[in-house]
Amino acid sequence: MSEFLYMGGYAPYVWSAYGITLAALVLNVWWIRRLHRRGLEQARNSVEQVDSARQATVRQV
Amino acid sequence: MKLPRWFHLLGSSPYVYRLAGRLSPWLGAVGCGLIAVGVFWGLVIAPPDYLQGDASRIIYIHPQTAYVGMQAYVVLAIAAAIGFIWRLKLAHAVAVSAAPIGASFTLCALVTGSIWGAPTWGTFWEWTDPRIMFELLLLFLFLGYMALRAAFEDRDKADRVSAILGVVGVVNVPIIHYSVLWWNTLHQGPTIMKFDEPSMTTDMLIPFLLTMFGFMVFFYWLLLKRLRAEIVDREQGTRWLRELVTEGSQ
Amino acid sequence: MNSFLIVLKRDLKLAFRRWSELANPLLFFMIVTALFPLALSPTADELRTIGTGILWIAALLSSLLSLDSLFRADADDGSLEQLILSPAPLGIVVLAKVTAHWIASGVPLVGLVPVVALSFYLPVDALTVLVAALVLATPTISILVALGAALTVSLKSGGSVIGLLILPLCSPLLIFGTRATDLAVHGEATAGPLYLLASLAVLAVSLGPVAIGAALKVGME
Repeated sequence: MSEFLYMGGYAPYVWSAYGITLAALVLNVWWIRRLHRRGLEQARNSVEQVDSARQATVRQV
Repeated sequence: MKLPRWFHLLGSSPYVYRLAGRLSPWLGAVGCGLIAVGVFWGLVIAPPDYLQGDASRIIYIHPQTAYVGMQAYVVLAIAAAIGFIWRLKLAHAVAVSAAPIGASFTLCALVTGSIWGAPTWGTFWEWTDPRIMFELLLLFLFLGYMALRAAFEDRDKADRVSAILGVVGVVNVPIIHYSVLWWNTLHQGPTIMKFDEPSMTTDMLIPFLLTMFGFMVFFYWLLLKRLRAEIVDREQGTRWLRELVTEGSQ
Repeated sequence: MNSFLIVLKRDLKLAFRRWSELANPLLFFMIVTALFPLALSPTADELRTIGTGILWIAALLSSLLSLDSLFRADADDGSLEQLILSPAPLGIVVLAKVTAHWIASGVPLVGLVPVVALSFYLPVDALTVLVAALVLATPTISILVALGAALTVSLKSGGSVIGLLILPLCSPLLIFGTRATDLAVHGEATAGPLYLLASLAVLAVSLGPVAIGAALKVGME
């Protein structure tokens, strides 16, 4: 196992390359999910605002 | 000429949103699976190179990220051109989605290439290598596309102006590909993308292709997810989106 | 052809009417090229080695300064819209404007660079190649600068974005231009990079006006 991690002496190179790539993939997934979620929340909030505004005007009438 | 139905459907945001949502989990599963198998194969099963030793294992991620980055730019350019010519907002949405993902893959390619170059070429960077330089230019093109968009307040204008830049820059992609043929570079010549037998042994070729397809499918997964987020952003206030968020399903 | 000459004459007349504005990029070029040896204190040999690069980078940067003169004045007073709407093909109009820009700023640069090159101890024999490389590269630079100006014509302050867009696109010019000059300094054959510069110029001049025209139309919508 330790021989595997050692990578014939090239451990820092191999693992940093693979690590950075993995990090990039994970970051992309996380960031895009966040964007999507925030967009849906924004849509939900605007619906609530419209609904409460409509209810307020109905009550006035 | 009567256009097929799917052609019209692809111009409809709610349809594309739902279609992307249905395709996305499959792409994600296949992409992650291929990458996982390919990486495992490349790190564990594949033999080390007789010259480079275990450092050669970077061959299972570096060319892949570079290639997918180039493909991302082609997707951006084609989508931007379609959006510009036929005034299809969804096409522009695809281009917008491709840009940040392509930029991060290209950055990955530059970084992994630099790490790989240190023990094998003896240098982290080489300003006179054309392939490195044009790959760097590709990164600047992605960033330039995003920066130009950000400078415009009107989204429609941002779409159309940045589309021109996107299309102009696509000439860089074949330059990157052929740079190893046109110049004497540190990079070796093409091993896969040529009209010949691949010059790689099978036990390295398999993980190489696994990760290549894996990264490609992963890119399209990310693209569809980003496209969905982009559609939500552009369609704020529309009725279909309001109904979508109130019915509680995603 | 007629519309080309008309626009060309008009732009040249306007450019030389405000000739002090033309001088600014050239003065900038001289100052930048003077700053490098001041900062680096190189020996004659060192200066000869790095001089090529300094000349080309300074030439590129000073070309960026003349950006605004291309379209902004016309956009502000409405004549750009008229040019777009006119029956003359927009590509020809753009080509005329870019030619005027090249005559007004590219050509003086080609005249100035060899003079500065001598102060960098570049051998006299290399100067012909340097001039040839510049003659081939400056049209492409003008086209790329015009593209940057057209993409940002509707922005109030597009200056910083333009550099990010245009300078990377100019990097092949930089690479080939300095390569040609370096080869000439060492007395080697320079045909290769010069041909590449020429093909880039042909590509830029033939396809550039299309993209520039499209960008102007979008900008003025």
